[in-house]
Amino acid sequence: MSSWDNNPVLKVEHLTMRFGGLTAINDLSFNIGRGDITALIGPNGAGKTTVFNCITGFYKPTEGRLIMARSGGEKHLLERMADFKITADAKVARTFQNIRLFGGMTILENLMVAQHNPLMVASNWTIGGLLGLGGYKKSNVEAIETAKYWLERIDLIDRADKPAADLSYGDQRRLEIARAMCTGPELLCLDEPAAGLNPKESLELNTLLQYIRKEHDTSVVLIEHDMSVVMEISDHVVVLDYGVKISDGTPDFVKNDPHVIAAYLGVEDDEVGQVEEEVGI
Amino acid sequence: MQARQKDSLLVASVKDSLGGAIITFALACVMIGLRVDVASGRGAELFLEHRWLAVAAAVVIVFAGRFAMNVFFWKREDPPSLNLSGFLPKGGLSTGTSSVLKYALLGLAVVLPFALMFWLGARGSRQYIDLAILVLTYVMLGWGLNIVVGLAGLLDLGYVAFYAVGAYSYALLAHYFGFSFWICLPLAGILAAFWGIILGFPVLRLRGDYLAIVTLAFGEIIRVVLLNWYQFTGGPDGLSGIPRPSFFGLEFTRGEGGFASFFGLDYSSIHRIIFLYYLIFAMALFTNFVTMRLRRMPIGRAWEALREDEIACRALGINTTTTKLTAFALGAMFAGFAGSFFATRQGFISPESFTFLESAIILAIVVLGGLGSQIGVVIAAIVMIGGFEFFREFEEYRMLVFGMIMVVIMVWKPRGLISSRTPSVALSKNAKGISADLVQEGHG
Repeated sequence: MSSWDNNPVLKVEHLTMRFGGLTAINDLSFNIGRGDITALIGPNGAGKTTVFNCITGFYKPTEGRLIMARSGGEKHLLERMADFKITADAKVARTFQNIRLFGGMTILENLMVAQHNPLMVASNWTIGGLLGLGGYKKSNVEAIETAKYWLERIDLIDRADKPAADLSYGDQRRLEIARAMCTGPELLCLDEPAAGLNPKESLELNTLLQYIRKEHDTSVVLIEHDMSVVMEISDHVVVLDYGVKISDGTPDFVKNDPHVIAAYLGVEDDEVGQVEEEVGI
Repeated sequence: MQARQKDSLLVASVKDSLGGAIITFALACVMIGLRVDVASGRGAELFLEHRWLAVAAAVVIVFAGRFAMNVFFWKREDPPSLNLSGFLPKGGLSTGTSSVLKYALLGLAVVLPFALMFWLGARGSRQYIDLAILVLTYVMLGWGLNIVVGLAGLLDLGYVAFYAVGAYSYALLAHYFGFSFWICLPLAGILAAFWGIILGFPVLRLRGDYLAIVTLAFGEIIRVVLLNWYQFTGGPDGLSGIPRPSFFGLEFTRGEGGFASFFGLDYSSIHRIIFLYYLIFAMALFTNFVTMRLRRMPIGRAWEALREDEIACRALGINTTTTKLTAFALGAMFAGFAGSFFATRQGFISPESFTFLESAIILAIVVLGGLGSQIGVVIAAIVMIGGFEFFREFEEYRMLVFGMIMVVIMVWKPRGLISSRTPSVALSKNAKGISADLVQEGHG
């Protein structure tokens, strides 16, 4: 039994997602270990982003169960929750493949919006804050401090008052991760965080992710095509192809798994018959 | 093979101008050349009038105009660098000028009635103070709609419905229960907000064009209900005899116990007008104060985030439905306040006052001023409402002049007069405004 099965932060059980006649994910089960960095890989169209959308509530799964176990012991069934509740209550945050920042707002404002829920409570759902009652001012200062902390982490503190749309691609990626972290998540889902980054930036990303995992007790699950990132930082790799799990294990195990090699590179001529027999053609 | 010879400047220009002239001829033949008229002499008989000279003039004007433009600008290799925006001031208002302008306008608004009285006397200034009251009403409505359209990015074409709810709430409560203005003012706001939530709830799952159409329909439904519910609202006859507001219990009446005798002044009807002016001024300032404060609070930031990207909002745990509803309800509440003021000022209301045109004017004020900009709304309201009255002497050309001004403003500043966004929170003292090119307009 592997470490991720002992104390999983998220259990995906028999997840199936159908769009009309298309089965994007078929009976998928895997565990995401607490404190692990888990990579979800697979060829294009394997259903990785669909899995993410199911976890974060943007899609309602056709079948299956998603059990989020928070460190306090409470359990949340994500497939039953509205998307904003998943972030607010189950503490699952995400980033997007095509970056979705609030471009017309400053970098600081982006991080303040992410702290919406605690600030709403502190301002007595706006009424107390509007009347200038105590508590809100203090929380507001604290929220700015949290934002400053993350801005220092991602090295954007000098540009805090600049609009987010003015940032370079790599900076936008890191800002989106910082914004997700400002919601105080226990599970952070990153959709292709290294896409479009140069080697230096992707090295910085690795450092950032390892820092998040170590200092903030946040488990990370990421979709990634860049194998250097996957092999370097992940503890656990799940491989999908055509909506089905074909491999699940440590990076070294997955790297040498013939199913994975077949899915990515194809197979040698003399093995075609054997593989066809296995997959049932 | 020889490359195709390029036409000389003159030949190319003539060719292009001829094309334009031919199109003009085809259009002008039917549109200008023929005119159907009723002959007054020969009984009401229709006859056709030919105006070939006018057609010829149109063709010549187009030919000459295009020829000149071709020769001097379009077809030249070295066109003189001159365009429309060159004539107009560049860049608009900086943050500094904008804040100076803000205080200048505020000061002007405070002293306006007395300054007018000083110069024009009680009789002469009345019409101008009335106009100022009208402008301020639209400023308040613009600020209210700015919450919905400018901040939250929800296109609301039926805003006038809440204005109507506010006006009718006061008129009906006064009519049936004899409530005074000061009791009805908050009630009208609450009722309008309540209707905002009721209408908003089914509507706000729609986006963009669909939202616009449905809000438009709701605006019309409210007006049609008011028009047809004859027993209750008086239908097209409207409601008259709506009580006037009092000044801390003092009525603006002649004789003992009135405002004038209490303060030892000679009675004049202008007192009430000036009071109404300061009343709407205070209500508008209240709207602005609340909006500006909300902008710096989590709910205000959530509205703006919603306008920027709704999906990202949901991924950050923001309940987009309630966030949209609060924007809708708050905007409706301010319209309700303005509506009850409108009812008490007019003393008579009917569904006539709450047509789609009103919604369109308020929306035009917000868009022209610059989405989300408070001072822009003020300038746009002064230009739109004040300008409309000042152009009265142009008579039927008023709309034409007005349309041309709007076209010029939109060419010059496509994102409204004041188009830069001020950050709601900043680390450094001198944070710059955000250019409108980066700010999203919202998709409903």
